[in-house]
Amino acid sequence: MKKRSQAVASQQRRQVIKGSVAALGLASIGLPSISLAQNKPIRIGMPTILSGRVAMLGESSRNAAIMGVEAFNAAGGLNGRMVELVIRDSKGRPDEAARVTRELVNSDGCDMILDAEASSGAFAVHEVARDLGFLVIHTCSETSSLTADPKMRIPNGFRAARQGVHDAIVGGEYAGGVAKEKGLNRWMSISPDYSYGLDTTAEFFEYLKYFNKDVEVVNSVWPKLFQADYSEPITRLLQGKPQAIYSCLWGGDLTSFIDQASIYGLMKDRQFFGVNMADYAVLTAIKAVPPNIHSGNRYLKSIPKTAQNAAWCDAYVAKFKTMPLNWSWENAVGIDFMLAAIKQANGTDTAKMSEALKGMTIKSPFGTDGTITMRASDHTIIDYAIAWGDLTTKEPYMAKPNLGNWKTVLELEKLWMKSKGYIS
Amino acid sequence: MDSEALLDCVTSLSCIVTQTSTGLIVGSLLFLVATGLTLIFGVLGIVNFAHGSLYMLGAYIALSAFRITDSFILAAVAGALGVGLFSLFFERFFMRRVYGADVLMQLLVCYAFILILDDAVKIIWGSEFQSMGMPAYFQEPPVFIAGGVIPVFYIYLIGISASIGVGLWLLLSKTKIGKIVRAAAVNPSMTSALGLNTSLIFAGVFAFGGALAGLAGALAAPVRSMSPGMGFSILIESFIVTVIGGMGSVSGALVGALLIGLIRSFGSIGFPYFIEGIMFIAMAIILVVKPSGLMGKETR
Repeated sequence: MKKRSQAVASQQRRQVIKGSVAALGLASIGLPSISLAQNKPIRIGMPTILSGRVAMLGESSRNAAIMGVEAFNAAGGLNGRMVELVIRDSKGRPDEAARVTRELVNSDGCDMILDAEASSGAFAVHEVARDLGFLVIHTCSETSSLTADPKMRIPNGFRAARQGVHDAIVGGEYAGGVAKEKGLNRWMSISPDYSYGLDTTAEFFEYLKYFNKDVEVVNSVWPKLFQADYSEPITRLLQGKPQAIYSCLWGGDLTSFIDQASIYGLMKDRQFFGVNMADYAVLTAIKAVPPNIHSGNRYLKSIPKTAQNAAWCDAYVAKFKTMPLNWSWENAVGIDFMLAAIKQANGTDTAKMSEALKGMTIKSPFGTDGTITMRASDHTIIDYAIAWGDLTTKEPYMAKPNLGNWKTVLELEKLWMKSKGYIS
Repeated sequence: MDSEALLDCVTSLSCIVTQTSTGLIVGSLLFLVATGLTLIFGVLGIVNFAHGSLYMLGAYIALSAFRITDSFILAAVAGALGVGLFSLFFERFFMRRVYGADVLMQLLVCYAFILILDDAVKIIWGSEFQSMGMPAYFQEPPVFIAGGVIPVFYIYLIGISASIGVGLWLLLSKTKIGKIVRAAAVNPSMTSALGLNTSLIFAGVFAFGGALAGLAGALAAPVRSMSPGMGFSILIESFIVTVIGGMGSVSGALVGALLIGLIRSFGSIGFPYFIEGIMFIAMAIILVVKPSGLMGKETR
């Protein structure tokens, strides 16, 4: 009996020990894992270009996204859950952009993608999003068809960047007015020979002619992207004797062209309309901005002229010791929309976030009236500040900006979409 | 093809002057880069695939020198000397080890340096494009000859390239140094047996070829924006020039560069959408007719 009671006691002791060990194991492994899952940071993947000739696209995009995430986390994140950016270099190659995006989602555990790729890469990332079904916000592709074409559209894909056709309408209205005032009927263009250059130039001239029927486009010159020497295109422009020249060259290509055109005297007695001139990278690189230059705003601290925009610019400069660029504001808007969607969906569920984004309006320093809306019908932003004007050599660079009227933009955009067969 | 525009151009003196001068401008810079490339190949027997990066380095060094001194002449000298010194280091510590090695090994070493230099430029000068801007003393209205337009800066540029071309020809054909270099190129073993330091000759030629690429980058800096990786496009064109002119031939590099310049210039009028294609067609035709290039020596 005594032996039996000893055996029972021993068994109980073993059970207690086993139970204790199990409880200890659970405590050390199981329970914290539940706790970790709740506090696990939300990971946002960001494929962008951080090497090669357009590395400034990736760096200026990354800077703005970091600012947005830091502000969100400083405000407590999503009920204490922090947001983490996972940034990868696509080297400017669409195939690499697609591969990196898959890796961010499948291997790095990213919940969604802030796609800061140029157009060619953005289309590749878009197809990965179609395939894997994660939420994507494109922040650098301005090619209209990415969101305007219903064949391209996906329920989980959005764009927080300016759109080529919006720029073209505002630019066409402004340039048409200047052309009437100065009698500029003979036009030529010089734009890079790839989809952005071809589409944007065609759209600009379409609206220039819409607003001024007397305009005649006599010829167009198409240098390669990243062409170093513009002597031949410049002499072709000289031979064509235009009164005005349109260009959507950008970055270093635009700088080289202006420097080389100046020594040929091409700009003398001619009006130049360069949609991409008013960006700090270009304006600070060109040592002497020639007279008679007109531009759309890419990013300027003074457009829109609000305290919020100026404060955002100052904060950016203080943190990164460089001026923000066009891609910076686009990514600032993109990350703000993404974080607002996370808050509204109270988590990272793609369907809920996508639903939240449709028609969402956020406060933004870059909005015409202090807000920007993600249009529900085609998942792209509207109401951002677009302006054209003539340039000066110093801050604010565009002293008298002509702000685009969004009512006109939306009316003409609707007609454009009909003409393309995007809407009936 | 715009044959009407091309016909209008070749029958108009002003257009001929403008397009010919443009061809000379394009050709001048190409000549400086290609001649360094061909010189290195001719003497050392290696293809320096990192030559475009030396052009890039020259431009950036010149930019820094210009910002410090505000003198374009000093900037150009700094670009050439800086790259010359770097090329000497590159040859002594790296390229020397792959002489006579498989071409893939040479390619690997050069490619590694292309990546290293691109990243170094990014770290030192930043990833954003940079521009030197036209020095004040070149900011003159262009010169008009028979109605054709020629920028003043480009007249200097053509002059400098032409002077270097003549100087190089005199150096190689009329001086003792030239004789030694040519001897080392033809038979390095015999040259060495005669008591001449061929290793030093090789290093000197490599540094000189690099300095020419650096000078080209420095001379182009006022009108061409700079960014990491900018050397790639000029490398391709320099290879075309070198192949057309004949690998190893300095005079061939001159003829090839001017030919490419003129093809690009007049081609932009008549074949605006096919300029690159014309360059490659010209190269193919020359190689079919004369496989060693226009001025290259036939090998058996």
